[in-house]
Amino acid sequence: MEKMMLLGDEALAQGALDAGISGFYGYPGTPSTEIIEYVQRSKQAIENKIHRTWSSNEKTAMETALGMSYTGRRTMVTMKHVGLNVAADPFMNSAMTGSHGGLLIAVADDPSMHSSQNEQDSRNYGHFAMIPILEPSNQQECYDMAFYGFELSEKYHIPVMIRLTTRLSHSRSGVQRREKLEQNVLRKPDDIFQFMLLPAVARRKYKALIKAQEEFEAESLASPFNTFKLDAQDYSKGIIATGLAYNYLKEVYGKDSIPHPVVKISQYPIPTKQIHELYEKCESLVILEEGMPVLEELIKGAAFQGLKPIHGRLDGTLERDGELNPNKVAAALGMPAKYGKDIPEIVTGRPPALCVGCPHADSFIALNKAVEEYGRGHVFSDIGCYTLGFMPPYNAINSCVDMGASITMAKGAADSGLFPAIAVIGDSTFAHSGMTGLLDCIYDKSNVVIIILDNSTTGMTGGQDYTAFGKLEEICLGLGVEKGHIRTFFPFVKNHEEMTQIYKEEIAYEGVSVVIPRRECVQTMKKRNKKGAK
Amino acid sequence: MKKDIILAGVGGQGILTIATILGHAALKRGWQLKQAEVHGMSQRGGDVQSHLRLSDEEIHSDLITMGDADMILSVEPMEALRYLPYLHEDGWIISNSKPFKNIPNYPNEDDLYAEIKKNKNHKLFDADAIAREIKANRSMNIVVLGAAIQHLGFSKEEISESIKAIFSPKGEMIVEANLKALEAGIQIS
Repeated sequence: MEKMMLLGDEALAQGALDAGISGFYGYPGTPSTEIIEYVQRSKQAIENKIHRTWSSNEKTAMETALGMSYTGRRTMVTMKHVGLNVAADPFMNSAMTGSHGGLLIAVADDPSMHSSQNEQDSRNYGHFAMIPILEPSNQQECYDMAFYGFELSEKYHIPVMIRLTTRLSHSRSGVQRREKLEQNVLRKPDDIFQFMLLPAVARRKYKALIKAQEEFEAESLASPFNTFKLDAQDYSKGIIATGLAYNYLKEVYGKDSIPHPVVKISQYPIPTKQIHELYEKCESLVILEEGMPVLEELIKGAAFQGLKPIHGRLDGTLERDGELNPNKVAAALGMPAKYGKDIPEIVTGRPPALCVGCPHADSFIALNKAVEEYGRGHVFSDIGCYTLGFMPPYNAINSCVDMGASITMAKGAADSGLFPAIAVIGDSTFAHSGMTGLLDCIYDKSNVVIIILDNSTTGMTGGQDYTAFGKLEEICLGLGVEKGHIRTFFPFVKNHEEMTQIYKEEIAYEGVSVVIPRRECVQTMKKRNKKGAK
Repeated sequence: MKKDIILAGVGGQGILTIATILGHAALKRGWQLKQAEVHGMSQRGGDVQSHLRLSDEEIHSDLITMGDADMILSVEPMEALRYLPYLHEDGWIISNSKPFKNIPNYPNEDDLYAEIKKNKNHKLFDADAIAREIKANRSMNIVVLGAAIQHLGFSKEEISESIKAIFSPKGEMIVEANLKALEAGIQIS
């Protein structure tokens, strides 16, 4: 079979399709979005009726995947790193229930925060939940790990995390496919206690999870994705490289063979014995990992402190934050620095901006006029394209924390006496995590104005559909917002005066108001028109 | 043989199409490739880049090592300069001279051109104007590609084949426009 040119995300999706998956669940988030987008376009997925629509958020996605696993079928849940915070409750407890059908949790981290609010490393979560983690180093491994991950998950009845990072998720390379596996048939769990985490059962299950750690470690030792090259010419240092860092290591040595012992880790928990053997043999260790110093902290521990040098992100051998690249790895290994020329001083930054014609721009211009008399500092916002409303010329918002926080932070500020307290949230973000916060406002009759920017899509991640589409007013009514205080308008240059007036009226109303500026995203509109023209 | 190319531009200017064509031509030769793209927030009118690595041997890193790039291929002059730390001293800058101004403090164009010309190997031309002249307005990116291919060791025939393969689903007229743009780019010295 000819190789397919696939992004890391797509390779994982294709791998799962070929490995007999029955359903994907997830919420869009850079850099994980392309996994499900690929499946939504895949003929193979459509013909085999593989579940592939988006969930409301990562928590509902994780739980739904667990439900599919309950029925014995293979399933995958996808999200970006901060999405796992949202899904943390079912995620942690899925380690306790275990899986029935193979369950893969694909989490894409974003070191250097290309499109994120932090750079948390999901391996911490995998370690926390005590489940095996797979960390592919290239596109082929992404594909192969779908097969391997399902097998591991079904062998031990345990969810398996696949941890991706931006540079793999969004880099394309050739992938060789394998023979396809059939889907599992629907089969209820054999053990009626398996998914019942009553304390008495949970205690028993936790002991079993602890006991399984030895087996997981044995699997890591035998894993085709971990390699141990302990014999070498030069023992002045031993190198441990995880995931993508292993590529950079190979890159900096190029055609030369690496003179030091090298351990490649792409499956966790780490095989302690081999790490110890490496430590014994070498005068020092250098630890290269994309993300936080997770392995470094594990290995360094208290006992090793001070005996032999262990170099990595903690001692400054590598920068403590930000993604790796071949230059950083070369420097960490003491190789000569390569560099072209400096960027000329006249080159200025070109930050992302709202698109020309974006409906959010109109909504912000009118909002700025409406709140002018109160000064800056009254508008809480959220995660999405409209976060760019912070930038000039709008300077319209004052916070961006996590999905849904605009509404609840505005409520807290209103409770404290801030007036006006305004929340600006996108329609998809509202569906993801805004509804419960709105219910809190209703319950307390909080004096807030909640602006739901309805561009009818999940814009920032490239225009995915979302679960509350076309139902915003009904949802707000159902949650208890008064009909007269749900106001909609068409955000457009000509309407600015009317829009400002509506904002002002709702600011003046003492209670919960919802304002919905509604106009389609210019990007999805362009795409739709192109499709229509074909 | 190995070619490390930084493709540069502003979100929406069509650098990924260039990458697709070069990648297609490389695969036809039986080469390997890695292509790191930018998705997400930066695509909204921000600066974007793609690391395209083509080789007849195994490629390890998805990212190009600074100081190693054979070429910066840019559809915008200021964006060409943003990646200078990546360029090898013998490497080429092939850039459109037409600025894309979506920021208030865009620098003086002549200053940008002077900076580009400080590099030993460069080609700087108004690809937008050339594309307009040959009535292929939307193929500015292919003009830039045309100016680059001889320095990457690709023949006109190879790239033409890839353009045909990639654009044929969009119709004969679009294929023709892009072939004309390729030819116009090749003529730039």
